[in-house]
Amino acid sequence: MAWAVLAAVIAVVAVVFVARPFLRDPTPASDRLDELAPEARHRLALAEERDRALAALKELEFDHRTGKVSDVDYRAQVGPLRRRAAAALRALEHGEQAEHERIPDQGERVP
Amino acid sequence: MAPLGRAALLLAFGLVAYALIAGSYAAWKRRRRLALSAQNALLAAFPAALVAAIVLIVALARRNLTFVYVWQHTSKKLPLGYALSAFWGGQEGSLLLWLLVLTGYAGLAVLLNRRSRELMAWTVPVFALVAGFFALMLCFVSSPFNVQPAPPDGRGMVPSLQNPYMLAHPPLLYLGYVGLTVPFAFAMGALLSGRTDERWIVATRRWTLAAWTFLGVGQLIGAHWAYVEIGWGGYYAWDPVENAALMPWLAATAFLHSVMIQEKRGMLKVWNMVLVALAFNLSLFGTFLTRSGVINSIHSFSESSLGAWFLGFIVLMTVVSVTLIRWRLPLLRTKTKLESLVSREATFLYNNLLLVALCLTILWGVLYPILSEAVRGETRSVSKPYYDFFLHTFGLPLLLLMGIGPLVAWRRASLRSLGRTFLIPFTVAVATGVVLLVLGFGSSWPGLVTYTFSAFVAASIVLEFVRGRAATGSLRRLVARNRRRYGGYIVHASVVLLAIGIAGSSAYQTVRERVVRPGQSLEAAGYTLTYLGSSGIRGPNYTGFRAAIAVTGHGERFTLHPGMNDYNIEGPANEASIYHDPRSLGDVFTTAQIATGNQIDLKVEVKPLINLIWVAGFVFVAGALIAMWPDAVEQRRLAARYAAGAAPAGI
Repeated sequence: MAWAVLAAVIAVVAVVFVARPFLRDPTPASDRLDELAPEARHRLALAEERDRALAALKELEFDHRTGKVSDVDYRAQVGPLRRRAAAALRALEHGEQAEHERIPDQGERVP
Repeated sequence: MAPLGRAALLLAFGLVAYALIAGSYAAWKRRRRLALSAQNALLAAFPAALVAAIVLIVALARRNLTFVYVWQHTSKKLPLGYALSAFWGGQEGSLLLWLLVLTGYAGLAVLLNRRSRELMAWTVPVFALVAGFFALMLCFVSSPFNVQPAPPDGRGMVPSLQNPYMLAHPPLLYLGYVGLTVPFAFAMGALLSGRTDERWIVATRRWTLAAWTFLGVGQLIGAHWAYVEIGWGGYYAWDPVENAALMPWLAATAFLHSVMIQEKRGMLKVWNMVLVALAFNLSLFGTFLTRSGVINSIHSFSESSLGAWFLGFIVLMTVVSVTLIRWRLPLLRTKTKLESLVSREATFLYNNLLLVALCLTILWGVLYPILSEAVRGETRSVSKPYYDFFLHTFGLPLLLLMGIGPLVAWRRASLRSLGRTFLIPFTVAVATGVVLLVLGFGSSWPGLVTYTFSAFVAASIVLEFVRGRAATGSLRRLVARNRRRYGGYIVHASVVLLAIGIAGSSAYQTVRERVVRPGQSLEAAGYTLTYLGSSGIRGPNYTGFRAAIAVTGHGERFTLHPGMNDYNIEGPANEASIYHDPRSLGDVFTTAQIATGNQIDLKVEVKPLINLIWVAGFVFVAGALIAMWPDAVEQRRLAARYAAGAAPAGI
């Protein structure tokens, strides 16, 4: 009998915990689950591209300093990589500027 | 107490079923509160599973023989530690461990990534689906809480499982197996939500590394257990259940490498999804092999009712994975191309192909006997030569690639640069090969090639650290600025130690066996073993004998005591006696069985360098920990990237 009571108590606590979002916020202004707008997804893709380009530049510098990339190879590669990084930064800045002018931020919100 | 255990399991099942159904509906219809409620259900499933686990642990500790499970796997005289280890020693208990670890992992993953609502909305139902399957099995197919009238004593534990290593080996494997569910759930969540950016990779990076580390260490401890306990002198027998743990580890190794290409170059998105799904499904397959009874192994629980269920679930998960990847192919395709076949990313790609090829050939070796029996009714087995052939074919090039990869630059490398960076490792390798050949190591070509390649890899790793230190000015700064890379190199060093240990102990071992009476001797690899006599012994739940073997040779003099234990309930078991030579890092491994009268059948195996295998385990863990260690700079960078949403807490 004691086991049954304990099991019932645990079950009730679990049910209350599961129902908590509804109990805490019975009449929300919006019950819509956040999702990234296409613009925000595009911006995220640009941010990933920017990080990749900057990381590639750092890798190249490091490989050059450790002798894995010769001076000739370094000079051949560093230009295109810098241009790629600059293009990614520009695209991100333009995207953000355009977005600020057009729409409010619809990214993942911090609760 | 059993009703409480059953009720807790039913509650866990109800909670994960709710998390699956409500979570899927919430993600589909974009309902915020329902999605949070589903997350809470998944969080609450862990305490429910924990209550069930505590009930079983208490029953085992008390040797409550009214529990059928306790009666099946323990006895009244079984020491407490081993009685508790029966938790994972049987089918129902190990399923409960799966559920407990999975709900624990899922809960932690939810808590760490709760802010990434879009991704988590679909990840929660995937976790719930997997947990739901195990809860279903435990509630309705294979319960650990079946009861009976108390019999006088239990059936005991298999003698070979009464070993301290068994307290760690299965739980570590489970932590690894189950851990692979985390990247799988996030990957499928990413596909379902359309978030095919790197968010899921960032969230699961350390989970994957941790699961892979647990799986690796678990296998190594299992190998050591087999070596010291089973008494056949080996540590890996290509047993299907051993292979079952190796396959997901290989797939996860491939993933850990290929995911770096996605992070650095934005390539291989489809391939990474395939690898994550493969690793997870292979971990399910490993569980299926041990639970289904389709194979005979010292590790497996035969005559199980779970085979069809597991097979059905594996098929379901495979179909789900393939369908989702096909559905999201347009989002996964990238424009970036491989710039050169001589680049770091290309070596990663070759490494991936070899790892997956090795994994699939092992899978075929495991499947062939099962399929042969099912289709033709013939009992076939795939033995050591098959596996050895593919280990040499794919494993040796993999070893070499471990040395080549770090020396090659990202994007593309010119022949001139390669010539300069390869010069020292190549010279070291050739010199090592020539010296070993002169010393007579040509008796085994695979052994000689392994040593030569190992020298190449070791030299390339040392060179990487030396050059990196020169470039940054400090070893500490070098490692701190790229923990994943240098932690990875330390893991590579552990693989080198492993390869040298395996080659030394298998290709260059000496085995001798002879029936001897007191005073007679046996010669092996410069050692003389003299049988002095035997004496009886008595333990808490066994009796047995130990032979006294005086050993001399290589300037050493010591005594070994191989013998046998006869467990009261469980039966006889070999007890090997091993001498570890600290100078050669090799072992003198002996076993003894009563022949006739005062004679014993004495077997000795001299295994050079075998202890490097166990040393490799410590180096492996050190490397993995360095690679996993949080990097504040990296976290800030990723937080800035996801500034549009929440900072990725799970990184």
